[in-house]
Amino acid sequence: MIRINDLQARVEEKEILSGINLEINPGEVHAIMGPNGSGKSTLSSVIAGREDYEVTGGTIDFEGEDLLNLDPEERAHKGIFLSFQYPVEIPGVTVSNFIKTAINESRKGRGEEPMEAREMLAKMREKTALLEMDKSYLSRSLNEGFSGGEKKRNEIFQMAMLEPKLAILDETDSGLDIDALRIVANGVNKLRSEDNAVLVITHYQRLLDYIEPDFVHVLYNGKIVKSGDKNLALELEAKGYDWIKEENV
Amino acid sequence: MSDEILDEITASEYKYGFTSDIESDKVPPGLNEDVIRLISSKKNEPEWMLEWRLDAFRTWSEMIEPDWPNVTYNKPNFQAISYYSAPKQTKTLDSLEEVDPELLKTFEKLGISIDEQKRLTGVAMDVVVDSVSVATSFKETLAEKGIIFCSMSEAIQEHPELVRKHLGTVVPKRDNFYAALNSAVFTDGSFCYIPKGVHCPMELSTYFRINEAGTGQFERTLLVADKGSYVSYLEGCTAPSRDENQLHAAVVELVAMEGAEIKYSTVQNWFPGDAEGKGGVFNFVTKRGICERNSKISWTQVETGSAVTWKYPSCILKGDNSVGEFYSVAVTNKFQQADTGTKMIHLGKNTKSTIISKGISAGKSHNSYRGLVRVGPRAENARNFSQCDSLLMGNQCGAHTFPYIEAQNPSAQIEHEATTSKIGEDQIFYCNQRGIGTEEAIALIVNGYCKEVLNQLPMEFAVEAQKLLEVSLEGSVG
Ligand SMILES: Nc1ncnc2c1ncn2[C@@H]1O[C@H](COP(=O)(O)OP(=O)(O)O)[C@@H](O)[C@H]1O
Ligand SMILES: [Mg+2]
Repeated sequence: MIRINDLQARVEEKEILSGINLEINPGEVHAIMGPNGSGKSTLSSVIAGREDYEVTGGTIDFEGEDLLNLDPEERAHKGIFLSFQYPVEIPGVTVSNFIKTAINESRKGRGEEPMEAREMLAKMREKTALLEMDKSYLSRSLNEGFSGGEKKRNEIFQMAMLEPKLAILDETDSGLDIDALRIVANGVNKLRSEDNAVLVITHYQRLLDYIEPDFVHVLYNGKIVKSGDKNLALELEAKGYDWIKEENV
Repeated sequence: MSDEILDEITASEYKYGFTSDIESDKVPPGLNEDVIRLISSKKNEPEWMLEWRLDAFRTWSEMIEPDWPNVTYNKPNFQAISYYSAPKQTKTLDSLEEVDPELLKTFEKLGISIDEQKRLTGVAMDVVVDSVSVATSFKETLAEKGIIFCSMSEAIQEHPELVRKHLGTVVPKRDNFYAALNSAVFTDGSFCYIPKGVHCPMELSTYFRINEAGTGQFERTLLVADKGSYVSYLEGCTAPSRDENQLHAAVVELVAMEGAEIKYSTVQNWFPGDAEGKGGVFNFVTKRGICERNSKISWTQVETGSAVTWKYPSCILKGDNSVGEFYSVAVTNKFQQADTGTKMIHLGKNTKSTIISKGISAGKSHNSYRGLVRVGPRAENARNFSQCDSLLMGNQCGAHTFPYIEAQNPSAQIEHEATTSKIGEDQIFYCNQRGIGTEEAIALIVNGYCKEVLNQLPMEFAVEAQKLLEVSLEGSVG
């Protein structure tokens, strides 16, 4: 589905990603772990198309297309979704209006008709129920005054509404209590299918207990320095990152 | 709906920039007592009206054009303006079929087909084109309730006692330079009277429009809500593009008698000038309402147009327990300049006022909020809350806030909040990531920012206002 090849990126003259290689196939769940500042959010932003990051080398191929040539909204239309580490507030814009606009703009981008109001409403009901959100969420201003946990849950709600092919979850678990974590993880699992993939960025095993990864990668200093199966995450949990750092001085 | 919006956003020229060929009956340019006599006689006015005009003219002749607003412009040459222009139409019309087809086409281009509006929204409209009302509808329904809604010219003929009693009581002839000029030369406008205890069953609406090149527009609106009555009034404008600046100096007077409520909503979209800032409308308007005991006046305005806007819809809270509200969105883009705000004059006890002002500046424009809250010595327990927010897009525009507070009673409670913000790249990227393109994202963010004001507008007007915001901010990111 996505093939990242020798990706290099910088921000303000500083190289942050220095040769990332990663391939994700439909149906797979990949986890990326790594110390703070290693470039995890940068990688997700570059995949999503944030312009602040300058891609200085390498390629990203998404379903046979050169992703780096597309605007962020075009990438979204093709089915890339990023659950932000720090979701932004948009005062005065309700959650329901925002998601309605997002869905219909994406549909338009794909040359499809807008979703019927009735279908939209039914879907919103279904997904708020799935994520055990109160319906009053829908009429609140997007992320304004939301707690950390509410913001993250709202990201997953949007994901559930948009049904992306590739969902990147950037530390979606931080800020969630144990119940919320289970609910959110359950929401993600409901989305999983043969046709889509999930890239989970996290520091903690506890999320991976719910969303079981097929592959685990360690990102350090802008490079994937180690890859393995789900046992690598357990090893990291037990030993911390120091041994990785020592191996890569 | 969003398809249309995108189309409109991508169409860069001013959408309503066209002229229609309606035959006009026009007075030669210039202003003197003879011209005023000519206007008055063309309109077949009674003697008292002519005298009123002449008195205003003499006052005006001795006044000096003010220059305190935070705007710069080439002052109009008052002798180069033609003060009267009416579409050539002699008989009164009963149906749309009788209206000049050219005119109907004009409405079509504007997207305000009267038929549609009538059918869909139940709005009665008094359409003003080039200073003279040409079509009035729903009159009968209104008449059943004793409501009078007609052109000012008609009111002067048919209801002289009401006009004479109230005209100039809220905005006196000598109030200011432009009000005096308007009083001398106004050619038409709207008149509305709601009898005691009557709740007006529909939104009353007027579309103003400047059509004739070089014709100054001097509309005069007088709205009287008798004791315990209610009315919601909508005023909306579009104007065709022009090379030379056009002057618009309207006067709007509202009278809310004891226990009455008036909601006055405006969507203003005069031609703002081209990309270089040339050719836009000068909008110098005096709008004011007076509140008797227990009454309420609420002004809501969405200002997107004009090259230079200068207006302060105000409330004189004369009666005890009266309430004044001002909700405003003012957008400036390119080279537009706006100096707008309100005056809340608290005279009665327990009077309350609320001011919510949302300024949006883009391009090289300047947007000023200027507001006065005055609490008189006898206004025990007067309260005011003001919130003035500015949103900047890009870094070549300016936002300015001039709040004036004069409290002459120690029990007054006055709260003022002000914020300035920018649309963040974070917000735009977040929207982009969800599939929403940048222009759409800005529209969404701006609409959210203005929500408190847009919520005050009647539904169908709110939709129109949202579209306007989007169109007027088109091309402002880059
Ligand atoms: N917009 C930016 N401007 C400057 N430095 C940045 C920016 N974004 C990220 N960085 C730097 O890049 C490095 C990687 O950051 P990030 O990708 O957020 O790491 P992680 O998500 O793994 O914690 C850090 O040193 C961070 O300070
Ligand atoms: Mg991060």
